[in-house]
Order: sequence, then structure tokens, then C-alpha cells
Amino acid sequence: MTDMQAERGDTSATLRINWSDPAIGARLARRKRRQFWLKGLGLAAISVAFAMLFILVGSLLSTGYQAFRQTHVAMEVRLDPAHIRADNPARGNFRAIVGEAVANLFPEIEDRADLRSATGIVSNGAQFIIRDRVVENPDLIGQTIRVEVPVSDNYDQLAKGLLDRDTPEEHRRLKDDEIARFDQLAEAGLISKPLNTALLTNADSRFPELAGLKGALLGSFYALMTCFLLAFPVGIGAAIYLEEFAPKNRISDLIEININNLAAVPSVVFGLLALAVFLGWFGLPRSAPFVGGMTLALMTLPTIIIATRAALKAVPPSIREAALGVGASRQQVVFGHVLPLAMPGILTGTIIGLAQALGETAPLLLIGMNAFITSAPETPFSSATALPTQIFIWADSPERGFVSRTSAAILVLLGFLIAMNALAIFLRSKFERKW
Amino acid sequence: MNDMTRLERKVDQKTIKISARDVQVFYGETHAIKDVSVDILDNTVTAFIGPSGCGKSTFLRCLNRMNDTIDICRVEGKIEMDGADIYAKRVDPVQLRAQVGMVFQKPNPFPKSIYDNVAYGPRIHGLASNKAELDEIVEKALRRGAIWDEVKDRLDEPGTGLSGGQQQRLCIARAVATAPEVLLMDEPCSALDPIATAQVEELIDELRRDYSVVIVTHSMQQAARVSQKTAFFHLGNLVEYGDTGDIFTNPEDPRTESYITGRIG
Repeated sequence: MTDMQAERGDTSATLRINWSDPAIGARLARRKRRQFWLKGLGLAAISVAFAMLFILVGSLLSTGYQAFRQTHVAMEVRLDPAHIRADNPARGNFRAIVGEAVANLFPEIEDRADLRSATGIVSNGAQFIIRDRVVENPDLIGQTIRVEVPVSDNYDQLAKGLLDRDTPEEHRRLKDDEIARFDQLAEAGLISKPLNTALLTNADSRFPELAGLKGALLGSFYALMTCFLLAFPVGIGAAIYLEEFAPKNRISDLIEININNLAAVPSVVFGLLALAVFLGWFGLPRSAPFVGGMTLALMTLPTIIIATRAALKAVPPSIREAALGVGASRQQVVFGHVLPLAMPGILTGTIIGLAQALGETAPLLLIGMNAFITSAPETPFSSATALPTQIFIWADSPERGFVSRTSAAILVLLGFLIAMNALAIFLRSKFERKW
Repeated sequence: MNDMTRLERKVDQKTIKISARDVQVFYGETHAIKDVSVDILDNTVTAFIGPSGCGKSTFLRCLNRMNDTIDICRVEGKIEMDGADIYAKRVDPVQLRAQVGMVFQKPNPFPKSIYDNVAYGPRIHGLASNKAELDEIVEKALRRGAIWDEVKDRLDEPGTGLSGGQQQRLCIARAVATAPEVLLMDEPCSALDPIATAQVEELIDELRRDYSVVIVTHSMQQAARVSQKTAFFHLGNLVEYGDTGDIFTNPEDPRTESYITGRIG
């Protein structure tokens, strides 16, 4: 090179760069500026994402925390044998018993209309709470017991300060005399706000103070179990066949493309399919978590297949060659070496798929898991709701008490999602690649 | 290159272990191996040398039918071991691979204990009827792999925890555990440091007593050090095959000479 330049009469044989040239300095400054902006934009993007998350969780917490406490009123209840049949304690006029107990709280009320209005302080569910106590222990009949029962929604809102006392009476859901009566109870120390265990132990109800998530939790549990039991073995089987045994030709390419497409199909389409096939043709029961699980399995299957194939592919070929080299058959290579090494990846993918299924609403709406069901499901085949559809129902309900309960239910759902994702991360880090 | 002194070794074996005739290998449309015919002797180390992509590894993998595991790969021609066609229909490649052991370029122990690494082959082929027999097979194999003394006290530790050279000797022990007759080695020292390489080379020389060893190598010094016979591959052809001493000192083909003197490679 230098020879040729010398031949051409070029005296500057080697290239010299003048690093102090202002043009170079300007270029360097521009490069630095660009890097600064790129970093700044990245930081801004992350900040925006965090802010959104903060607003979401913050607003959920600020409205939802109210639902974790429930206002109760303590009453002396006389279990009058005249109202309860001793041979069948479940049958009896418990409504009248509650009415008498409320009358005892306000001995000064004479007017029947006022008394009825006063009875409205106590939740409609109080009679059932008392009934359950009697059924549990029939010896109580004839005695006077002290029970704490939930107050009805409007008074609950009042106790939590969500009902503005300064609103003109005609626009307020509680009239002045009703508020006065409640304050009277509060002064007597009969009002308490214990932890709202009913939120987890009760099924749905028309009355917010009684509504709980037990039915939804069990429904989601059954549905997820069904989904896991169907999608996990089928998904892994399909992935192993496609990745390890299937000949690589146009048909397997077509299958692969379709599986990838299936993962992107909107979930509502799976719901329609389930409605047409599972309910229409097979005549499976409506609103059943089992059918919900089958629908979710359809949705989760592509996710599991894709995750499993990726995990199988990530096992280094040297391990396969080692096993083949000592004379292992294909099947021995896959089940003895490749699958155990791919398991953490497969489990992570499966859990993430299940977490997705847990939050899925649309397909469950279409198979009727948004029905109003006041008892927790006993089997996967009884009618139930699921967590996301329960949120959907509550968000749709007009009673004020459901506002905070909707947020609380979302928090419960988020809690389960975080727990599942944490498990996936734990599994991934615990079984780090060992080769 | 004082290694050349060892070239004086004579090939004292005349029994043909593997005989290949007109072998062709195709990867899809690519003709990777062309008309290769070679006789591999028993109790001899045969080295395959040649530039990258010349087909020496591909040909090696024909000898235990590892190429069968690649969908697009097609093998034609005849390869016989002890006079029996290894590509015949009734030959099960799974059993063939127990008889023709293989050691790979990168040490690839299973992520299992040292014991299980060696015991895996005998287990799947049912070579031991009880634990004592299996223990014996494992010990013999590890002794054969010249690694017994280093690992005898920690057989239940993972094989992946050993050093690179130890791992490769463990892989050799794993390969000999199924009592093979031929050992194929695909660049067994290319991932090892010089000391580990020397240990493995010494082991290869010892293995010659019991096995027919075929080794693919990039290093001509290594071929010169460990082998008695050398085959030079170029662009899918077997250019020259003969006693190692002759190939390195007196090559017949100009291509062999260019490669050995470093002009192509």
C-alpha cells in the first residue's frame, strides 16, 4: 500500500488524523447528545409505565381498602320459641326475631313505619346469620344471645364516611331521622368495623354487605385446575412430537404457523367456539367451571406448546448427541435427558399461560359464567362465576357498596397473578441451566 | 517438530475393522462426501485430517450412523464392520452406536453424577444384571478413561463440575462403558488446554490396544503424534490415505503436500 502511494508520488504515506480539529469535536458532541437523548427517552418511558402502574394500584387501593372492613351492629337477640320450630330449627320466622331485636334497640319508637325504617339499618342477611347460629346449636332456642350482624349498605357507607351528611336531605339516600338513629347506636357503642371476612367466605349476593368472593375463587380454582389438567399434558405432548419426532416438511410448517396464529386469536372467539361446541353440541352445563376450564385450555394450549418448544430447543444439541452416541433411542434421549432439562422453561411458560387464563373474562362471559349465583360451587360442574367475571358483575351493579368491593376483588385477582408470576420466576431461577 | 520422531512407529496390524466402499453423503442437494473408500484397521489409531468443511467429521459420523439423526442427510455406498453391512435394514443404529462409541468435540457430560454418566449406557443396553456388576463396569470404564484415581471418591458429584480435560476423559469412559469395538473421536482435544490435550493423547495411544480408534483432528501435529494411519480429506474427497509417516514426510498428492506445508487450510 505504502509502496504504491510512494510510486504515485504521495508523500503522506500514513494517514494522520488531526484530533484537535473542531469538526471532530463537534461530531463527538453530537454523538454524546444523541446518547443523552436516547437514555433520557428510555428513562421517560419507564417512568410513564411506572406512573401508570402506580395510578392503577393506587386508585384500586384507595377505593378497595374500604371493602376490607364491614360495619357491624351488635344486638341482643331473643330466640323466641314461638318463632322457631324445635323439630326443624332451619324453619322459623327469623325476620320477626330480627324485627323484635331492633325494636329492643329503640324502645322509644312507637310508630310502625319508623320501626320498619329502623330495621333497615340491619342487613337483610342478619336473619340468615341468626338462623345458621340456631341450626348449629338448637339448644339456643329460648335464650337471648348477643350477635354482631352487618349493617345494610347505605349505613355502611355512612359509617365509612362515604355518604356526605351535608347533601340536602332530598338528594341523600338516608334521611335525617335515619342518620340520627344510626348515630344513636354509634354513641351507645354498638357499632364496630371488624375485618370483612365475609369478602372471602361468602358467595355473591344482591346485598353488597353480604357479597363475597368464595364462589368466584372456587370457580376460578376449578376452571384453572381443569385448564391445567387438559392443556399441560396435551400441550407438552404436542410440543414434544412437533419438536423431536415430526418430520420437517410443509405439513409441519403449516401446523407450526397455525399454532402461532392460534396464540393470537382473540379470546372471545374461543368463547364463541366453546358456546357452539361444548354447550351447543355436547350439551355440557352452562356456567360450569369445568366448561370454563375447557375453554381456557383451548386458549392456553398454544402458549404452552410455544413455550415448551422453545424450552426443548434451548437444550444444547451436545446433550442429545451424547445420549445418541452411547446408543440411546430417540425416546430415551427425549424423556431421559432433554425433557428434564427443559422442565423449568416448560413450567414457567405453563404458569404464565395459566396466569393469563386466570385473568381471562370474555370467553367465560360467553359460556355463562357471569350468572348471578349466590352459593359457592360444590363440584366443577355446578354453576359458578370466576374472579374476572365476578369483577365484571360487581362493576355493573348499582349499589354503592359494590364500588369498593369491585376494587377489592381486582386486588385479590392481582394478588393471585403476582403470586403465580413470582412462582414462575422462582422456578426459573431455582433450576438455572445446569450445563 | 521433534514429534516427528514418533512417526517411525510401524503399523503392525493387518485386520480390517471397518471397510468403506464408494461412500456418498448428501445434505439435501449438497454432495458432502464423494466416493470415499477406506479400510480402517483394528488396534490402530487412524487420523482424519483436512481443512474445515472437507467432510472428515461427516464421514466419521457415517461410521456409527449418527447422520441418521439429521433429516436431510442421505448416505449411499457400503460400510462394513467385520464384514457385516452396518447400513443393512436389520441393523439397529441404537445398538450399532453401543458398538461404535463416540467422543465429541466439546466435552458433553450429562448434567448427572459422574457414576450415572458412565452407567447410563450399560443401563439402557442392559449390560449389568445387578448393582455390583454395574459398579464393576463403571470402575473399569473410568480406569480405562484414565480418570478413576481423580474421581473415585466423588462418584456422586455432577460430571459437569469437573475440569474440561477431566470431562473429556469422563466422556471417553462413558463411551468405552458399553464395550465398543471402535471409538470415534471428533476433534476430542480442540476445547482443551495443552496439558489436558497431552493427557487425552496419551490415553488415545493406550486405547489402541483394545479398540480401533478413529480421530478427526485439525491439528496436524496431533495427527502425527497419535496416529498410525492418516487420511487426508479435501472438498469431500479422500485425497490420500496411508501410513502417517508416509503422509507427513512423503505425500504423493500435491494437495496433501500443500495442506501439510500450510499452503491450503
